[in-house]
Amino acid sequence: MAKKKTIRTIPQERTPVQEQDPKERARNFEEVSLGYRLEEALVEADRCLQCADEPCVRGCPVSIDIPGFIQKIVEKHYQGAYDIITDTNLLPSVCGRVCPQESQCEGVCTVGDTLEPVAIGRLERFVGDMAIKEGWANVPYIEPSGYRVGIVGAGPAGMACAADMAKAGCEVVVYEAFHQPGGVLKYGIPDFRLPNDVIDAEIEKLRKLGIRFECNTLVGRLFTIEQMVTEMGFAAVFIGTGAGYPSFMGIPGESLNGVLSANELLTRANLMRARDFPNFDTPLQPGKRVTVIGAGNTAMDAMRVSMRLGAEKVMCVYRRSKAEAPARVEEVHHAEEEGIEFNWLTSPVELLGDANNKVRAMRCIRMELGEPDSSGRRKPVPVPGSEFEIETDMVVFAIGTNANPILGQTSKLKLNKWGYIETDDSLATSIAGVYAGGDIVTGAATVIQAMGAGRKAARAMKAYLGLRDTDCVYAPETDDPVGRRFGIPVEEHNFARVRLL
Amino acid sequence: MQEAQSSSFEIVAREDFSDVTFLLEVRHPMLAKAAKAGQFVIVMEREEGERIPLTIADFDREAGTITLVIQAVGKTTREMQQNCQVGTRLFAVVGPMGIPSHIGGKKKVVCVGGGLGVAPIYPQARAWKESGAYVIGVVGFRNRGLVFWDEKFRAVCDELIVCTDDGSAGIKGLVTEGIKQAIAKHPDIEELVAIGPPIMMKGCAEATRPHKIRTMVSLNPVMVDGTGMCGGCRVKIGETVKFACVDGPDFDGHLVDFDDLMARLGRYKEAEKEALERFQESCRIRGEGAAAPEPAVALDRPSTDG
Repeated sequence: MAKKKTIRTIPQERTPVQEQDPKERARNFEEVSLGYRLEEALVEADRCLQCADEPCVRGCPVSIDIPGFIQKIVEKHYQGAYDIITDTNLLPSVCGRVCPQESQCEGVCTVGDTLEPVAIGRLERFVGDMAIKEGWANVPYIEPSGYRVGIVGAGPAGMACAADMAKAGCEVVVYEAFHQPGGVLKYGIPDFRLPNDVIDAEIEKLRKLGIRFECNTLVGRLFTIEQMVTEMGFAAVFIGTGAGYPSFMGIPGESLNGVLSANELLTRANLMRARDFPNFDTPLQPGKRVTVIGAGNTAMDAMRVSMRLGAEKVMCVYRRSKAEAPARVEEVHHAEEEGIEFNWLTSPVELLGDANNKVRAMRCIRMELGEPDSSGRRKPVPVPGSEFEIETDMVVFAIGTNANPILGQTSKLKLNKWGYIETDDSLATSIAGVYAGGDIVTGAATVIQAMGAGRKAARAMKAYLGLRDTDCVYAPETDDPVGRRFGIPVEEHNFARVRLL
Repeated sequence: MQEAQSSSFEIVAREDFSDVTFLLEVRHPMLAKAAKAGQFVIVMEREEGERIPLTIADFDREAGTITLVIQAVGKTTREMQQNCQVGTRLFAVVGPMGIPSHIGGKKKVVCVGGGLGVAPIYPQARAWKESGAYVIGVVGFRNRGLVFWDEKFRAVCDELIVCTDDGSAGIKGLVTEGIKQAIAKHPDIEELVAIGPPIMMKGCAEATRPHKIRTMVSLNPVMVDGTGMCGGCRVKIGETVKFACVDGPDFDGHLVDFDDLMARLGRYKEAEKEALERFQESCRIRGEGAAAPEPAVALDRPSTDG
């Protein structure tokens, strides 16, 4: 046993991660962060104090055993680290990249009290990427439970729920309206932040669990939720359709050409590959001077995509200040590095068009911060007489989304006054056997929160179906006869058997 | 019913109405079962293609097929005209999308179809007939040679007014001429339903406005996903903004801002033109599409991106 680490003995500096040069990367869709190399990961893993308190675990929406997996890295038992993460999170490569760690695990890290916190997200990504490269997959032998479970929406919430239900022995079918599974991971988050082959690799793991993805299926219209739990024979259904419906501000000029939602820009560029036009058919007229309204992660993505599509200038307009920007700190930082101009404390008033009905300028007003509002953030108030114009030929709204109305239109699901699906604490909806989670319940949130909701709903669904909650990915067999037997918790022996795949 | 069909959308029949307009029957039993008049689908011809919305022109629940009518005016639709032969498959078909048309409770209605709207107005006329209404059909074509489904319409309409630009069949003039005739003859018309190019639907709405006849139009703006997610299809309806894909596609024609709709249809014109030119060039090089004719009139675009 090594000597106990203290804050004085660990590497003091957070290990930097290699990144593409900002000038170069602002014009390509290759991933920005190159991820830790082995030696870098080892140094960073050594910074974890293995403190008894484990605040990071509580800070994680899905309670990953963070000290546990980091210790495995220190021991150079990388597959062990992978097994620990995937006990609770099936998509480490995704979450390591897109979780807002600074407000979750890293935000409460004990090391962070004195030094920079341990780079938990980068270590998680390191393990996830190694698993993809090495082809590790924890595929347990699953005793069929005889139940069929339907999942609506192949985004993070649906994928997480599907994985848990499949591991509990259910036959799982995931319905997706788009022609590819992945949801926001595919249409929203751009390749330079989350490469498509990473998503595909993670989806492939779900397929190995026996999960079937049915794309091109618009639930609600092709068949209803009620039909799923009756004539289609699903014992339980999970709805994870996301929020969808993008918001606009209602200012004059929003219907001008060149004005669009971040969802439209990102879907065209990412999922539909308009960035590869004309090799792909979907068009996207990229702007030369692009203005993005909002400062969340979606806004950062829209700006950085516009940059890569060849814009000469990309500007952010946000009515509050940088401190209130909801995006991950790293995203704002990357955007700044890439030359995006931030107009903090600025709010659009009107969009002005030319004779061809195309946007040519945005009239804005300066804001200042007043008293705190209901969100606890200081409320921005307009500064009288401070109006000015920004010359722009493309305006992108990234100010959030509203509830998608399709399931409300086509089912008797109880909705709240904003149109989101109403659930109880276990995420059960008003229809027996039907559960919901993610943005369609809470409004827009993060990937990991959606995954957490998917897993929470899965626990309730298993209870509803009377299935034992194993919550466990089994370690693969090793040559060690003890390890072979004890990859399975003893109490699970009657329930499942491991086989090497 | 258990197996959702999520791939292999086979084309089982095709009919060419003119050098630009053609019909495809696609096998999709679940969709055929779920479809109602007024709804649409999104189609991708191939994996690298774009998602284009197409109104469901008809559906056969027993045969398990849906019917799409396509006008080859852009790159994607011309490519479909070349490639979509019987026995081939579409890469993706998803739907039915949109709120079904509200049909029933009226005694006398006019169903108007022009251009690409002629085919999709047929299931509406049929549904109104089935609801017990007296149905007056008004369909518009450029000339006699382009008229199709005459018999089909006569079977579900109590009266059918065919309008041609040159008068070679039916009455001479636009569908608005036919509407005027119908209104003159029947003062008790309760509703008019119009599907066609925006300029035509605008004309229909103006024709009925003085008579205060409820007028429903089916809008076809540019869209990507068709599920309410991109907001590309937003349209001005009176003082409000709606998404045609999930709030429509049917709206009160007297409230629709058609000028806004038409301006927004040109959003990706430059890229569309570039794609079409490249496509024609590649056809010329391959020597196969040399015969693909220019559309005689491009006054109406199909409800597509391209």
